[in-house]
Amino acid sequence: MANVDRGALVALLYQMADDELIVGHRDCEWLGLAPHLEEDVAFSSIAQDEVGHAVNLYQLLQDLGEGRVDDLAYGRPPERYLNAVLLERPNGKGTYMDNPQFDWAYTVVRRLVYDVFDGVRLAVAAQSAYTPLADLAARMRREERYHLLHHVTWFKRLATGTEESRSRILNAVEKVWPDLPGLFVLGEAGPGAHFPASSADLLSQFEAELKPLFQEVGIPWREISLNQEIAENGRLGIHSPDLRTLLTTMGEVRFQEPEAVAW
Amino acid sequence: MVREEALWKALETVTDPEIPSLSVVEMGMIKRVEAEGREVRVEVRPTFVGCPALDIIRRDIHGALSAVEGVQSVEIRFVHDPPWSPEEISPTGKEKLRQFGIAPPVSCSGDAPLTQVDEVPPCPYCGSTDTHMENLFGPTACRFICYCNGCQQPFEAMKSLR
Repeated sequence: MANVDRGALVALLYQMADDELIVGHRDCEWLGLAPHLEEDVAFSSIAQDEVGHAVNLYQLLQDLGEGRVDDLAYGRPPERYLNAVLLERPNGKGTYMDNPQFDWAYTVVRRLVYDVFDGVRLAVAAQSAYTPLADLAARMRREERYHLLHHVTWFKRLATGTEESRSRILNAVEKVWPDLPGLFVLGEAGPGAHFPASSADLLSQFEAELKPLFQEVGIPWREISLNQEIAENGRLGIHSPDLRTLLTTMGEVRFQEPEAVAW
Repeated sequence: MVREEALWKALETVTDPEIPSLSVVEMGMIKRVEAEGREVRVEVRPTFVGCPALDIIRRDIHGALSAVEGVQSVEIRFVHDPPWSPEEISPTGKEKLRQFGIAPPVSCSGDAPLTQVDEVPPCPYCGSTDTHMENLFGPTACRFICYCNGCQQPFEAMKSLR
């Protein structure tokens, strides 16, 4: 790792790991609530993949001396998480335990844009000069392909389904779009030998992949600007209050007995 | 002196807890095992990145190799270069998968488009090719759910990870 900037590499790994963990937790919250049984199976499997990817990314951080995997996942204050704010937004009104009225269309659009973004990011990470990351990214990519395929299918079906499903997708796009620029912020993470692409590179590849899909189903594309001010910039540790709530719920068992080796 | 043959034999008793009819050797997960004096080193290729069975597999490999006569220490390394692929499953392994009710992955070309679905394999029960996909995901990370129109049975297939 002679020519790799350690600080930038570590920031990148936090961004990637936190994105996967947080979206994986949001996915878990659909358990038992997804539109039908098959989708419950699918979403649980996707959630398990994402959390598993996060574990492996935290392992790379542990190997770099950042602390133990479990502490990295559960033991940091919200401002130390570098996930994009888009991924911490709740699935909808209510909570898992209390009258959940989640928004499936929002979940589909959020997952679609994240999967496309993640695919682009992993393709770059697979070219990293830091071999452990390049190897892991290559393996994650093979699995993320199934997630992308799944969400593309849902997006097309809802966008071209009934009047109601289409209007729900349009509303979801409206809700997701303001959070999109935050995904592309690299902050301290790049670019460099560890990650040979800029935010602008990521965005242009993202647009090249997603725009045709929007055209195909007749959903107007909105331009994404990377120059605007981002109030809640997750990549810099500035989050919505929802992240604190999420972390409290996610860590509930662990916080009861932090030193336990297993539950 | 520890015999390599005895080590492989021991590894053949270790199974993936989610597919208990198949050994880690038949799964193609063991890249290398070697002994130097009484010390054994084994290189294991994990299957899916987030596979929750890995810790159990590691523990079982350690247990099986430690029990081989003459072995004093066991070092297990997870390696990824090249990454494991379902193509690595041995012919016997594929047959055992089928008997377990999981269709082995269909051989595939390396450069399939990102949005192309896995080819749906023949039914592991009746061999019919009149099958379709029910769900791109399944009960474990590595499997997906299909349906056989021939014998009207749902079945599982292993993802090709191409």
